[in-house]
Amino acid sequence: MKRFLLPLGIFVGLLIFLGIGLRLNPREIPSPFIGKPAPAFKLTQLHQPDKTISPQDMAGQVWILNVWASWCVSCRAEHPYLMDFAKANVVPVIGLNYKDGRMDGIKWLQDFGNPYTTSAFDNDGRVGIDYGVYGVPETFVIDKSGVIRMKYTGPLTPEAIATKLMPLIKELKSA
Amino acid sequence: MRKLLFTLLLAASAASAQVQEAPLVQANPELEKRVMALSEELRCLVCQNQTLADSHAELAMDLKQQVREKLASGMSDKDVVDYMVERYGDFVMYRPPMKGTTFLLWFGPFVLLVGGILVLVRKLSRRQVNQADLPDNELKRAASLLDGANETKDKA
Repeated sequence: MKRFLLPLGIFVGLLIFLGIGLRLNPREIPSPFIGKPAPAFKLTQLHQPDKTISPQDMAGQVWILNVWASWCVSCRAEHPYLMDFAKANVVPVIGLNYKDGRMDGIKWLQDFGNPYTTSAFDNDGRVGIDYGVYGVPETFVIDKSGVIRMKYTGPLTPEAIATKLMPLIKELKSA
Repeated sequence: MRKLLFTLLLAASAASAQVQEAPLVQANPELEKRVMALSEELRCLVCQNQTLADSHAELAMDLKQQVREKLASGMSDKDVVDYMVERYGDFVMYRPPMKGTTFLLWFGPFVLLVGGILVLVRKLSRRQVNQADLPDNELKRAASLLDGANETKDKA
């Protein structure tokens, strides 16, 4: 009986490792930006090409930067939750319209609703690269002093908003 | 006449297609070589098991273009890699860097191999000892049993 114990132990250990491996999300790459100042940019606003927006405009408040595009299927999936979040009026949600056409972006917001306080228009995706964007949608939580505190890759879910975003935002707001 | 026109048209379109393709490589073959070499070292973030050089994902194309521009502006290969790591983390390097947190990644397999060999050696040496420990009468019995087995086999 005892001689089976070791192989069984190894087998169970292997199972545990494989189980953990299955639950990990390979798309979730640790962002090197956490704890660093949000990269600066100055882009035109999606709706008003004559006006610009930059992270400095948001200094002094906690805000969310949400990278989206009209061609992005997962953005459709997270869109209703983002609408709910914006309606709750917790913090301003700034959109980064990533590699999109201006008309396409505006039409998308018209069709489905606009959760964004403002959207920056990143036509060539340069700002996206500066933010290390590799899979839209991506969501950044930025604190009062302009430091990125969290990055969420992929479509937001109600759970993610409730368990990850909200507690952090509350903490940052009271700081 | 029609045929001639068609041929001319075809030739023209082929020429224009070439005109579109050519400048990229001809502009600066030296630079293009460096871009390709560096792209082999960088991971495509979308299709994670491919390098930038292998990938045709849109992000990979954009990043390659960034690499091209940075190199053209006089940055060294290392500067460009640092630029990418700054944005995408160590993950963007196709060969993970050797440092404290990646120690297990680099040497784990060898540790397992050495461990396996040690276990094997111990098992084998124990087995030999076991054989030598058998008392004489047991060995004789085993031999006679084996002989019997051989005889029955011969008969069959």
